[in-house]
Amino acid sequence: MTKKIDIVAEGEGELLGWHDPDENRSWVRENKPRGLIDKQMSVKDAVDKFVKDGDYLAFGGFGHIRVPMALVYEIIRQGRRNLEIAGKTAVHDIDILIGAGCVSKVECAYAFGHELRGLSNAGRRAVESGSVEVVAEISNAGYQWRFLAGMMGIPFIPVRNMMGTDTFTKSSAKQITDPWSGKTVTLLPAAYPDVALFHVPRCDKYGNARIDGIIVEDFELARAARRVIITTEEIVDEEETRRNPRNTVIPFYVVDAVCEVPFGAHPTEMPYQYFFDEQHIHAWLSSSKTKEGTQEYLDKYVFGVKDFDEYLEKIGGLRMLNQLKKVEQLRMPMGDVQPNQVDKE
Amino acid sequence: MNTLIQTEYTLTELQSCVASHILEDNQSVFVGTGCPLVATMLAQRTHAPNILIIFEAGGMGPQVPELPISVGDSRTFYKAIAASSMHDVMSAGQAGYIDYGFLGAAAIDAYGNLNTTVIGDWKTPKVRLPGSGGANDVGSFCWRTIYNLRNQSKRTFVKELDFITTPGWLDGPGKREEAGLPAGCGPYRVITQLGVYGFDEATKRLKLISIHPGVTVDEIQDNSDFEILFPEVVPVTKTPTEEERRILRGIDPTGMVIDK
Repeated sequence: MTKKIDIVAEGEGELLGWHDPDENRSWVRENKPRGLIDKQMSVKDAVDKFVKDGDYLAFGGFGHIRVPMALVYEIIRQGRRNLEIAGKTAVHDIDILIGAGCVSKVECAYAFGHELRGLSNAGRRAVESGSVEVVAEISNAGYQWRFLAGMMGIPFIPVRNMMGTDTFTKSSAKQITDPWSGKTVTLLPAAYPDVALFHVPRCDKYGNARIDGIIVEDFELARAARRVIITTEEIVDEEETRRNPRNTVIPFYVVDAVCEVPFGAHPTEMPYQYFFDEQHIHAWLSSSKTKEGTQEYLDKYVFGVKDFDEYLEKIGGLRMLNQLKKVEQLRMPMGDVQPNQVDKE
Repeated sequence: MNTLIQTEYTLTELQSCVASHILEDNQSVFVGTGCPLVATMLAQRTHAPNILIIFEAGGMGPQVPELPISVGDSRTFYKAIAASSMHDVMSAGQAGYIDYGFLGAAAIDAYGNLNTTVIGDWKTPKVRLPGSGGANDVGSFCWRTIYNLRNQSKRTFVKELDFITTPGWLDGPGKREEAGLPAGCGPYRVITQLGVYGFDEATKRLKLISIHPGVTVDEIQDNSDFEILFPEVVPVTKTPTEEERRILRGIDPTGMVIDK
């Protein structure tokens, strides 16, 4: 006798990034090499090769922490369009991408805000005018559990949040009665981003990556995504990976590109290495109040530089970066950071 | 609207002290940045030295050296017992390990449901707000949730929310469990610029506990679009002591949070 589990409720949000688990297994078998291959390349080549128009992207880190900004700027420079973004506490990355006209859809756990720094101008303007569409809501726990289901190769995962709210009604989740407890549970569909992008402190040339401090949801996201691009403060020797294998957070076989980009998270914080560049974040927040200001910012810091090194010169060079290091390491109060002299020119 | 009378202390100092008194020693607290963390650190430095601070991005049990700007910045796992992951933290909440949680919101209804997603229609919003973030998770999983709301008014205390982002008591007793949410938890206290509230046991509707010094009982109802329940006797909220204010200055020497 077949027994059916009834669907109690269904969210009306659009389902982003889902694949049939067997289809995804086949895709993985065909497209993800298991051999140790040197995957070092430039940021330009990584974005050119792996980020396509219309892709569903997710960025590692959290809010203004450890965000792969060199990749964000390169995506803008290469003019990608109609991107779908996982708003998994996406703050600075998504705001600039929206401001640059790269984004068409967002699934939102947290976006359009800058935590204590206030609401985002570019993101809100785009959603309120209809140029960017929020296609589904979810919570922070919910989003990372979608990635957990993806990395496990299962089609969905049962959880106990989002019930009774519009966060569920506007999500891509469903609810069923748990056959064991008889209670209603939320089923979150697996998410497999087309590309996940990360910035890490250390990674070897094959893609074995380490993270200092909190991992947020990078462990799950990297394993769920189809393509993974990693920028790293430094490329370390394979021996370094093998010396403390417990420290490998992202293993090479899920990684497609490794790019060495010192300070690649600027202006966001790199734990233990450099602090938020508050001046630069506020420069963006104030520029992005208008469309014209947004364009000026992009012309200056993205289109007006040929690469990330030139950008670092523009934001104040080593003089600024050394101050941010001191603040991060609690050797200098954040209020003592001197203004960017280069920027004043 | 600022109806506080001229006081020595700021609104954040008052709210931090009220929140701090609610917290107990040897319990776990899911905090965000700003007032919730300041309140929890005050509890830690007074009556609750063993309180366990948990941040959603993975920071667990830190010895916070200076106030973090983000719930993920390195100050949230400074000298911590673990720098973990969101999966670990949220699973701890879902499994019942987190006693208290803190939330803010743009709007609240009589049952403590919260909106942080949109003002107006979802598809064509008048104002797009950040969304749930971890709020739906905190409101779903923490045993007791405390709300810090700085702007109680007819606009923010509404009869019907444009969007229910985070579950309060939904629409009455037993409704959370009926919906499938973990049993026996929900919103516990609401602290605004005017007073402190709990929820009526029989109806799960917002009920006044105390009013802040200088606030009148009329102002409580005048600043809400829904009917607020009143106790027979309305006490005045305990104000920050000299000692508490001294400790708060130590926690936030630049006044980044407490001067607001």
